[in-house]
Amino acid sequence: MSDSINDRVIVILAEQAMIEPSDISMDQSLEDIGIDSLGVVESIFAIEEAFDITVPFNANDPTEGDFDISSVSAIVHAVQGLVAAQKT
Amino acid sequence: MRRVVITGQGTINALGRNVRETLEAMREGRCGIGDLEFQDVDRLSIRIGAQIKGYEAEANFNRQQIALYDRFTQFTLLAAREAIGQSGLGFSGELATRSGVVLGTSGGGMNTLDENYRTVYADGKNRVHPFVVPKLMNNAAASHVSMEWNLKGPSFTVATACASSNHAMGQAMQTIRTGMADVMITGGSEAMLCFGGIKAWEGLRVMSKDACRPFSANRNGMVQGEGAAVFVFEDYDHARARGAEILAEVVGFAMTSDAADIVMPSKQGASRAIVGAMKDAGLNPGDVGYINAHGTGTAANDKTECAAVADAFGPHADVLMISSTKSMHGHLIGGTGAVELLACIMALRDGVIAPTIGYQEPDPECALDVVPNVARDAKVDAVLSNAFAFGGLNAVLALRSV
Repeated sequence: MSDSINDRVIVILAEQAMIEPSDISMDQSLEDIGIDSLGVVESIFAIEEAFDITVPFNANDPTEGDFDISSVSAIVHAVQGLVAAQKT
Repeated sequence: MRRVVITGQGTINALGRNVRETLEAMREGRCGIGDLEFQDVDRLSIRIGAQIKGYEAEANFNRQQIALYDRFTQFTLLAAREAIGQSGLGFSGELATRSGVVLGTSGGGMNTLDENYRTVYADGKNRVHPFVVPKLMNNAAASHVSMEWNLKGPSFTVATACASSNHAMGQAMQTIRTGMADVMITGGSEAMLCFGGIKAWEGLRVMSKDACRPFSANRNGMVQGEGAAVFVFEDYDHARARGAEILAEVVGFAMTSDAADIVMPSKQGASRAIVGAMKDAGLNPGDVGYINAHGTGTAANDKTECAAVADAFGPHADVLMISSTKSMHGHLIGGTGAVELLACIMALRDGVIAPTIGYQEPDPECALDVVPNVARDAKVDAVLSNAFAFGGLNAVLALRSV
């Protein structure tokens, strides 16, 4: 399940950035892969839709709340946590 | 005051995907009205409209653009591309800061509203796409035009229902006239043909179930259309200095308010706008050869408009030609004046007066030369374009050949 979340998040981010999933590495930031602030909001929407979860994210202050978007791996980790918490 | 000319025009509407196709349809008196095609149309009592059939957003825009561009914005961008392309202008440096965009729309992103209301109300979902607001806002089209072509001067959107485009183009003209800008991209757009858009109009009981027959005694209401038309308005000296082709001169503009009723038009308000536009243009009634009528095909508008024209022109009202092209492209609401300006420019440039099609029975209360059913060859030097909105807001433009 975890691996699947990993892959699905990467596919979502790749689609948003209009690049191939294989071009994304886990330590990159969203900025590194070319996702701007509007793209971040759209990515979070896509993640919420894909996993049927609610992501606590405030665009006014992205560092607020528990959802860490500092890197691809941080996002994957956060999504894994939300899926575990909200699907039980 | 500076003179203002038109150096580019573009459109997409039910009659054509560009100006050439649209004018050809107008010359041939072709009707763009047909059966509406969209979700839940079977729950409507009004099922006709002048819809742009076979339109595919994906053929013109990429996925990320479509996520941000409502249909009314897409139409605007396509029309602007044609108009600005024809003008030959590129916007950088000083010219970019001296150029702006003012557009008319009434409903803005109506399809976006409709789709997302359906999502949360009908489908019971609790989440909508994050771009709903920037997609539906009325100024989205104007903003995307400014972004796409680097227009950094005065830019805004005008919403005065069915007069939105005329008010917008009047503002564009004044902006150049008074020296606030050298080039203004202007016109308007509407994309209201969706379940909620038509359902709302049904309630007023002013819509026809079969055809738009302006000025014809057997008319039975208006028919909605969709699309956009966009023009490049330019300072005359600026256009001349670069050797641009000038399509027409915008010589006059006037706006009035009836201050009377939220839906019923007023002869006095309309007449004052017509007279005002002629005065602003320095035209005498006898100079005006053609009027593109508001001509909605409702009893209230057509009778009032004919009385206003008779009032404003006196004996010359019986000589001039007045047609309603809404019989062909439908009523584009906030975009209608822009599409109708195409017919005005065709009259001046090509000497072809677009007809009022669907005309079947003379109405003694509309006893003017409405150019029934068949286009007419005629040389005219000055024309007017009428727009009279719900809320009693009237805007009339005057154009002349250069």
